[in-house]
Amino acid sequence: MSRDYFRVLVVNLATGKGKVVKMDGRDRHLGGSGLAAALFKKYGHVDKAWTEPSQPLIFTIGPLTGYFPLMSKTVCSFKSPYHDQYAESHAGGRSALSLRFAGYDGLVIIGRAPALSCLIIGSRQLELKDVHYMKGIDLQKSGKMLRKMIGGAGHRSILRIGPAGENLLPMACITVDTYRHFGRLGGGAVMGAKNLKAVAILGDGIFDLPEGKTYRNLFEAVYQQLTTTDMMDKYHNLGTPVNVAILNGLKALPIRNLQQTTDPDIEGISGETFANDTLLRNTACAGCPVGCIHIGFVREKFMEPNQYLYRQISYDHEPIFATGSMLGMTNAFKVLAIIDMVEKMGLDVMSAGVALAWATEALARGVISEKETLVPLKFGDADGYKEAILHLGSMSNDFYRLLGQGTMKAVEHYGGEDFACVLGQEMAGYATGEVFFTSQALGFRHSHLDAGGYSYDQKQKDKDPQKAVEFLLKDEQGRVLLTSMVSCLFAREIYKEQLLAECLNCLGYRYLADNMNEVAQHIQKMRWQLRLASGFDPRGVKIPKRFKEIITWKGEIDENYLNTLQKEYGKRIVELGRAEED
Amino acid sequence: MKKAKILTTPHMERCIGCHSCSLACARLVYKKLSWDTAGIRIVSSGGLSTGFEAKSCLACDPAPCALACPTGAFSQRRGGGVLVKRKLCIQCGDCAEACPVDAIYLAPTWEPFVCIHCGQCVAFCPHHCLEMVEMSLGAAPAAEGKEVAS
Ligand code: SF4
Ligand code: SF4
Ligand code: SF4
Repeated sequence: MSRDYFRVLVVNLATGKGKVVKMDGRDRHLGGSGLAAALFKKYGHVDKAWTEPSQPLIFTIGPLTGYFPLMSKTVCSFKSPYHDQYAESHAGGRSALSLRFAGYDGLVIIGRAPALSCLIIGSRQLELKDVHYMKGIDLQKSGKMLRKMIGGAGHRSILRIGPAGENLLPMACITVDTYRHFGRLGGGAVMGAKNLKAVAILGDGIFDLPEGKTYRNLFEAVYQQLTTTDMMDKYHNLGTPVNVAILNGLKALPIRNLQQTTDPDIEGISGETFANDTLLRNTACAGCPVGCIHIGFVREKFMEPNQYLYRQISYDHEPIFATGSMLGMTNAFKVLAIIDMVEKMGLDVMSAGVALAWATEALARGVISEKETLVPLKFGDADGYKEAILHLGSMSNDFYRLLGQGTMKAVEHYGGEDFACVLGQEMAGYATGEVFFTSQALGFRHSHLDAGGYSYDQKQKDKDPQKAVEFLLKDEQGRVLLTSMVSCLFAREIYKEQLLAECLNCLGYRYLADNMNEVAQHIQKMRWQLRLASGFDPRGVKIPKRFKEIITWKGEIDENYLNTLQKEYGKRIVELGRAEED
Repeated sequence: MKKAKILTTPHMERCIGCHSCSLACARLVYKKLSWDTAGIRIVSSGGLSTGFEAKSCLACDPAPCALACPTGAFSQRRGGGVLVKRKLCIQCGDCAEACPVDAIYLAPTWEPFVCIHCGQCVAFCPHHCLEMVEMSLGAAPAAEGKEVAS
């Protein structure tokens, strides 16, 4: 059913009605990131605030979604509550296949529902359900309620928010199928502003496949490569937490609000420890045989003697760094208990952990007092952090209300900028050096996944800013291509250009197969244009002092190099965003 | 004695919910891109147990679905399960109603989709949850290695 247009469902929450829109531009915008940007251009407003009901919340998939393995991600785009600029967030779970099987390349949600609601869509269904009684209900409990309420078990995806999203906190995430998240830049608050507790996508459509053997053989070849070679072992085995010990060994793991980059006690929260002691099972996004999602457990004594309850929590490198090493935690179960609380509240785990690390140091330095934190925050004290996360998600006082808007918002009010670990947004778990810091601070999503800056830091010895910036831009372009398909970035070593071209070709997308680079370049530009038009100025981005004080395996940070990188990269971004567009 | 093979799901505790098996069946057996038009469908078990369950044909002999079929579109397969002759099907849905384990998917047109025990999905399971098992013709399916889907 490859088509030369996009089939998009546009739903207006104010009326509860939707419209199937046929949108041209497949050869230009590809899908995923490209389609999301094109849809934002059509339905969004760069000059209006994110809270405007007319602003769209957009979900898109790509031309290969469902047809090939690991094409398993969905792109979500919106005007971000975090910085009120155009933003993207990515997640997997069953969301991508559900959208494919519901028959849509994109879902655009505009308007605000009159009461807290759940939107249900499928190939033969569109319904807005009043769920006002779910107000304030935590994410785990509302998940159970929604699963019972909505049909299609197994072949559907449920996207939902917790109290943080309902409270419009820019740190709120959208949780997908319990274990995955559109984590960063405040998608959860966008849903909150729309009075949208949940979106359920039923994947109940049936579609034809290309005739002949070409597709079938190509599918099998890709599948073989993914399952029989060792390329994906890392993700399946220990998963991304394998990085914890590696980065610690390199002196590149952010620890205790980045006061340290290595600690002998980190073994207690290494990927190996998580696997040996806490791992219950692996699970996978739909359509992916790798199974990179690692699920551990927390056990809680709720009554004497020996009355326990348990919950299952997914873990990855980023949550372990943010709620583990950054908060001085050296016990895997305690880390899971903190993640569990973050999940309940529906907060972005990276932002929440890093913000609380700042708050801990700010408290110790007297920048803030316990009047603000309400809890005596101390590195290593899991119970204190659990309580603080409850305060953060439910905006217990002005301090938490500000912190939930981003550490820098709290800094503006209380001070303490020097030790705020913020690179555009709260940092990701890599303290590898100048190129990564520049990449996250200025990158499109302020994500470690925008470009491989962390790996450049590890591989390149020279300090050539031009070369580094060239790498960041080129790498971003390659990733934009993948996030437009929309492939899991873990498959980037397999889905090289030639294979992508073969896949596109056998589904009938000949133009895209022949012009991939040009199309990727166009999407890269279009995204930056939107970002700049909505207010981003890379020259105004600050990299706090803490990042310049650290020691890695390479020694001290070279401030000159960092400054030049930032200037050069910023200049190139402005050029990109300004370039002519038709 | 002649042997026939049937698909069994003995190791669903290992399942990661990737849906590779059902997508493979839909793709290879039924030539469709779909989660539903497949002989095996994966659902999360939720509740007290965790992980995933497979909805797939138990290879009954005699098969209630074949007995219920009024046109002979479903008939008894030697070794268990059913032989399907799609041309004879009048889309009444009686087979799906008769199946005790919800192994038959009815499309919106009420066209039935069921496992034909061809074994093509097995190779796509990364955790070796599925197995083809030989049945002695005429004998009842061995209980060992079978799991009742729900
Ligand atoms: S489809 Fe159901 S009733 Fe028919 S043989 Fe299989 S399990 Fe038995
Ligand atoms: S054995 Fe064949 S028909 Fe049955 S589920 Fe597997 S692939 Fe489908
Ligand atoms: S292929 Fe295997 S692991 Fe994947 S869903 Fe099917 S039975 Fe489960």
